[in-house]
Amino acid sequence: MLIRYPNDIAPSEITPPDIYRERRRFMQGVSALAAGAVLGISPKAEAGAKLAGVRTSAYSLDEDRTPYKDVTTYNNFYEFGTGKGDPSENAGSLKTRPWTVAVEGEVANPKTYDIDALLKLAPLEERVYRMRCVEGWSMVIPWVGFPLKELIRRAAPTGNARYVEFVTLNDPEQMPGLRRRILSWPYLEGLRLDEAMHPLAILAVGLYGEVLPNQNGAPIRLVVPWKYGFKSAKSIVKIRFVEKPPLTTWMAAAPREYGFYSNVNPQVDHPRWSQAKERRIGELSKRDTLMFNGYGAQVAQLYRGMDLQKFF
Amino acid sequence: MPVALRTLKAGVFLICLLPLARLVYLGVAGGLGANPIEFVTHSTGTWALAGLLVTLSVTPLRRLTGQAGLIRYRRMLGLFAFFYACLHFVAYVWLDQFFDPAAIARDIVKRPFVTVGFAAFILLVPLAATSSHAMMRRLGRRWQQLHRLIYLIALLGVVHYLWLVKKDLTEPLIYGGVLALLLAMRLPWGRYGGKRFVQAGSSAMQRRL
Repeated sequence: MLIRYPNDIAPSEITPPDIYRERRRFMQGVSALAAGAVLGISPKAEAGAKLAGVRTSAYSLDEDRTPYKDVTTYNNFYEFGTGKGDPSENAGSLKTRPWTVAVEGEVANPKTYDIDALLKLAPLEERVYRMRCVEGWSMVIPWVGFPLKELIRRAAPTGNARYVEFVTLNDPEQMPGLRRRILSWPYLEGLRLDEAMHPLAILAVGLYGEVLPNQNGAPIRLVVPWKYGFKSAKSIVKIRFVEKPPLTTWMAAAPREYGFYSNVNPQVDHPRWSQAKERRIGELSKRDTLMFNGYGAQVAQLYRGMDLQKFF
Repeated sequence: MPVALRTLKAGVFLICLLPLARLVYLGVAGGLGANPIEFVTHSTGTWALAGLLVTLSVTPLRRLTGQAGLIRYRRMLGLFAFFYACLHFVAYVWLDQFFDPAAIARDIVKRPFVTVGFAAFILLVPLAATSSHAMMRRLGRRWQQLHRLIYLIALLGVVHYLWLVKKDLTEPLIYGGVLALLLAMRLPWGRYGGKRFVQAGSSAMQRRL
């Protein structure tokens, strides 16, 4: 397989050395904690606990980050209600331990991973990404996670695996929003295998250097920064490799409004509203939405030759 | 105007100002959340629609309670609905679109929910403009014909709300349900249940007249 290295990172997007060194010092400081974890002193799994050994990724943006409070109190997670404040109010009932993620389907190595094993699967990286909601607002979020391809590589997809399906937890006891059939549950999302293998696609387990809060998709979620936010499935319990494109929850709900790809595209409007601009949370005037959410240099080649008006 | 009525009217006036006071308080206290512009736009829109429904409930309430005097509050309630619709419109034009005429024109033409909301707002203007006693007298019978536009306006308001939500239709459907009920109570068979009260109400009216 051809491994592509990003050669298109602008110098301005590379973390300055002083910050970089400071982070290194910080990492050395937390390595003691990490050692404790390895020695069997279990690190705290609750939201807010510091994650140890997080490296800075070259894929991180150098843009002002949306404040932690906004990232954790204003988002969509319909399993906890349809209001933007509902997830932060209702997600306390989600239990993130014990938690397993089943990797199955067209793979040579199907396996059910314990969440704590997943946390050690690959080195954790901080990825500061833009997040563009299909509703027209956006944030800049410092996720902590690891490339999804690390998991895919271990699963070893067979020749039949063309797509990857992500399944969110479906337990009304823990997720009160599931009692209402606003959408067809469980929440399903999907990527083409090459999209899933792209180095920008990550499985996130943290936010702002800390364990992911429940309302943001704990304990593990997908983050695909060049697609509208709803593509990044939260609180994942199953990852299936399949031959046919999965019918995602939003496609089933409104096929005219939500396509399989759902790439951020200012030229393709939502049937009911424009996608040309967005409001960055914390800013007053709107800014122009960027093609592929500003990740075109990295991901445009995935869609070469495709009519993106048709495959929206 | 009797003192008691004046006090009551002042009370209703102050109650109608509460949604605005709440927004001002939240704004000062930093309580408008991560997306304050959306919060203000949604809140003023919600209260405009609620104001329309409250205004439309005056006639059925008079009939049900026999309190014909409730009519004295209708103009104020209707004007408050218009007031919140104005705030909603200003929030959209100023805060949401930042006076970008091209973007606003595009929205009105291309976005059905904006088109419908804009139409409802424009239709409210002549009603507010002709709300005075002098205009009522001048227009005579035509005043009532003109003001029946409120039925259409409220319907457009509900459609506006229905079309803008992403998926969860519960809240717009609640407003739609209340509107349907208020309109149904104006139909002949809808009035039947309250007939006794109608008579009581109208006789009270006649006494006053």
